[in-house]
Amino acid sequence: MASYAFRLNGRAVSAESWDPAQPLLYVLRNTFSLRGVKFGCGLGQCGACTVMLDGKAVRSCQTRIDRAAGHTVTTIEGLGTVAAPHRVQAAFVAEQAAQCGYCTNGMVMTAAALLAQTAAPSDEQVKQGLAGNLCRCGTYTRIVRAVARASRA
Amino acid sequence: MTIARRDLLKAGGAVIVSFAALRSAKAFALHGDEDGVGLRGADGKPVDPASVDSFLAFHRDGTVTVYTGKVDVGTGLRVAIAQMAAEELGISARQITLVDGDTGLCPDQGGTGGSTGLTRGGADVRQAAATARQALIALGATRLNRVASDLTIADGEVRPRNGGAGVAIASLIGDKRLAIAVDPKAPLRDPASYTSVGQPIPRPDVPAKCTGRHVYVHDFALPGMLHARVIRPPSLGATLVSVDEASVRGIPDVGVVRAGGSFLAVVSADEWAVVRAAAELKATWSDARTLPGSEGLERWTRSAAIERDQAVVTRGDAPTAIAGAAKTLAATYFWPFQSHASLGPCCAVADIKGDGGTVWSSSQGTHGLRANLSKVFGLNPAKVRVVFLDGSGSYGTNGGDHVAADAVLLSKTIAKPVRVQWSRQDETAWDPKGPQQLLDLRAGLDGNGAIVGWDTEMWLPSQAPGARALLAADAAGLAQEHGQGAGAITQNGDPPYACANARVLVHWVKETPLQLSNLRAPGKIANVFAVESFTDELAAAANADPIAFRLARLTDPRAIEVIRRTAERFDWDTRPSPRRQRQSGGALIGRGLAYMRYKQAENYVAMAMEVGVDPQSGRIAVSRVVCAHDCGLVVNPDALKNQIEGCIVQTLSRALHEQVTFDRARVTSVDWASYPILRATGSPAIDVILIDRRDQPLLGAGEAATAPVAAALANAVFDATGVRLRTVPFTADRVKAAISRSSTDVAAKLR
Repeated sequence: MASYAFRLNGRAVSAESWDPAQPLLYVLRNTFSLRGVKFGCGLGQCGACTVMLDGKAVRSCQTRIDRAAGHTVTTIEGLGTVAAPHRVQAAFVAEQAAQCGYCTNGMVMTAAALLAQTAAPSDEQVKQGLAGNLCRCGTYTRIVRAVARASRA
Repeated sequence: MTIARRDLLKAGGAVIVSFAALRSAKAFALHGDEDGVGLRGADGKPVDPASVDSFLAFHRDGTVTVYTGKVDVGTGLRVAIAQMAAEELGISARQITLVDGDTGLCPDQGGTGGSTGLTRGGADVRQAAATARQALIALGATRLNRVASDLTIADGEVRPRNGGAGVAIASLIGDKRLAIAVDPKAPLRDPASYTSVGQPIPRPDVPAKCTGRHVYVHDFALPGMLHARVIRPPSLGATLVSVDEASVRGIPDVGVVRAGGSFLAVVSADEWAVVRAAAELKATWSDARTLPGSEGLERWTRSAAIERDQAVVTRGDAPTAIAGAAKTLAATYFWPFQSHASLGPCCAVADIKGDGGTVWSSSQGTHGLRANLSKVFGLNPAKVRVVFLDGSGSYGTNGGDHVAADAVLLSKTIAKPVRVQWSRQDETAWDPKGPQQLLDLRAGLDGNGAIVGWDTEMWLPSQAPGARALLAADAAGLAQEHGQGAGAITQNGDPPYACANARVLVHWVKETPLQLSNLRAPGKIANVFAVESFTDELAAAANADPIAFRLARLTDPRAIEVIRRTAERFDWDTRPSPRRQRQSGGALIGRGLAYMRYKQAENYVAMAMEVGVDPQSGRIAVSRVVCAHDCGLVVNPDALKNQIEGCIVQTLSRALHEQVTFDRARVTSVDWASYPILRATGSPAIDVILIDRRDQPLLGAGEAATAPVAAALANAVFDATGVRLRTVPFTADRVKAAISRSSTDVAAKLR
């Protein structure tokens, strides 16, 4: 089995995979037990599986493990913890911007990548930036408010 | 429940049972969870809803565990029930841990649906807590050597009302059971003195959800567990002819499992291997064409065989009154099949050994699921435990019960723990659906614009009692019930306005093309869409402002208040619809309102909406929504607002975009491209006005605000364009066609 080395949440790691096309999603969840990243569609349509690859938000269900090799991957667990949350996570908590929370991983990761690019986005820019992340519970209003709060933090 | 005599201690009228192991036993480690969250062991804990210790466990450190059979599906039920219990127990809601939906630990309080989470689930816990409060005060009286009537309970201790030393609840009962019967007459605290209920206490699950630490059923794993994908037939009702196992031989360590009849699955310790195997396995299925097709479903519904007719509302003689009216109107409304469309496809883990075992599921009714799984798969219900773990929001019965059955059948067949994860296509195509609804409305106005008669006829799929058939059991050829239930789908079919003669007649259609279940606010979204749109049609016919028309026909002050407050906050311009003058520039702007009282007996909700309609593309943009909401006593205003906002956005999605499509063989809306939902870019500004009535009973509020959304939207579009939309979804193509038809009509009239 081939081995793929990359940086994961600040550590050098390597993962074995029998299939170079195995999506990063399954490697993160099952090899590294990082289950904050969620399977939503496997088609790149919903954004629930978003992680950062070299600081950019990508769909881990559409990112082959051989494509991640040699790069830097950050998951929601690497962004912050309950005790020491990233400012985006803290803002989501402050705004109570979740219901079931299944989309939250993707929303938080996409928002964090967005704020790294655009420090003070307008609400319209936030909505555009999150347009590829679906929320079925309908918490968009709070999510947009949380991203605005994070941008001021 | 049997208790050894030596363990009993009778004190102050309460029975306390020594029980050291009440604290959660970490029976199962959750793999990969750095924070070490564990699950509970059953420990012989009572679950009889008649007993206080079925609902409450008091710990030595002053914390309390609350057990409820209702589950939190992202609605904030956990914090709300904790607040209700905390209020009676005189402790902080933050000292409460809540365990929900574990059949081994939690009393059966019925499924979580019909907005009964707090009205039944919370109320049962509150009564148990009120009973415990009485017992704690009695215990405290003995300990403090005071009469009970001198004592109160606050800040975690029983203490004299007039000051002086108290005694901590924890030291009275900590880590022992309070084995007394729930007293239905135990007095409840006066709402005027509430300190916890009514506060916007943050939900306990949100921090873990925002940091990726919350354990969903999708994240649960057992040692030696195999991943599985079930292969569904390409056509509804097709049977499995043959399987070419060689087609997946190139994928390492994959097993092909056939469990009787047409149940086919692939399993492996490696999840990616089963994802690939499910896609690559070659199987031959029989041909089946059992469906009418979603194209022309309205016609099919109208002409389908009727099982029976039922008048669910009869006041006076509506047909005669309408026949004699000065002016009559008639219109037909249609709502299509819709999917729960959970963002995360359903998942379950089962570990079946012999005739028992454990199932981890996000089912909204774990006790009911346990009974049905046991019956269908020949298990002993006393040996089956269904543990609730959060799923992706379900909004009714999505694929969660089906996937649990898949996991049970597989685990039983291969004698290993099995995790089944549905694919996106599985979930969107195979979740049981909210049914199509066809409504014919007729009404008569007299010369003064009074509604003299109202007649609603609705075509709905007939409801058969019994458990919903599980896909796995049907595929495996196992005997089971074939109940067909979609919830209380006839409610809100008559207008809430003054009208002496009204009838709602249901034509129960024999067949349903797709399996049904309860989908959020079952039936009522479409019924209110029809009733409140048609009310606007009557207002327009009477040349009246839509709000003035409604207020003139209402007497209930709570109804009037939600409408007035909405109109004020919205800055409603009083005039008849549609807006007569064309606006300059691109979009046509309009405003609409809808009002309803949920189930004609519960929440009062009014909603005003502003929309822009682009006549060229037909695209509708909702810019702002104001909603005044009266659900009686408010338990947690922020969690409630979150629900109301979600109701509005989700139902906008359903009204603007959603429709299950199918051909003769299969559902063809199977992912987010073919079953699109609203995106962040389509979400409006939302302003919610909560009317908190401390002197009124609380009402379930997780779905009521969905009901007026589609009507408020349609009424706003009518105001903007003069075009009345009567068929959901209001897709751009449909709106564009309606606008162009209407301009042709106008042009024809002008000629």
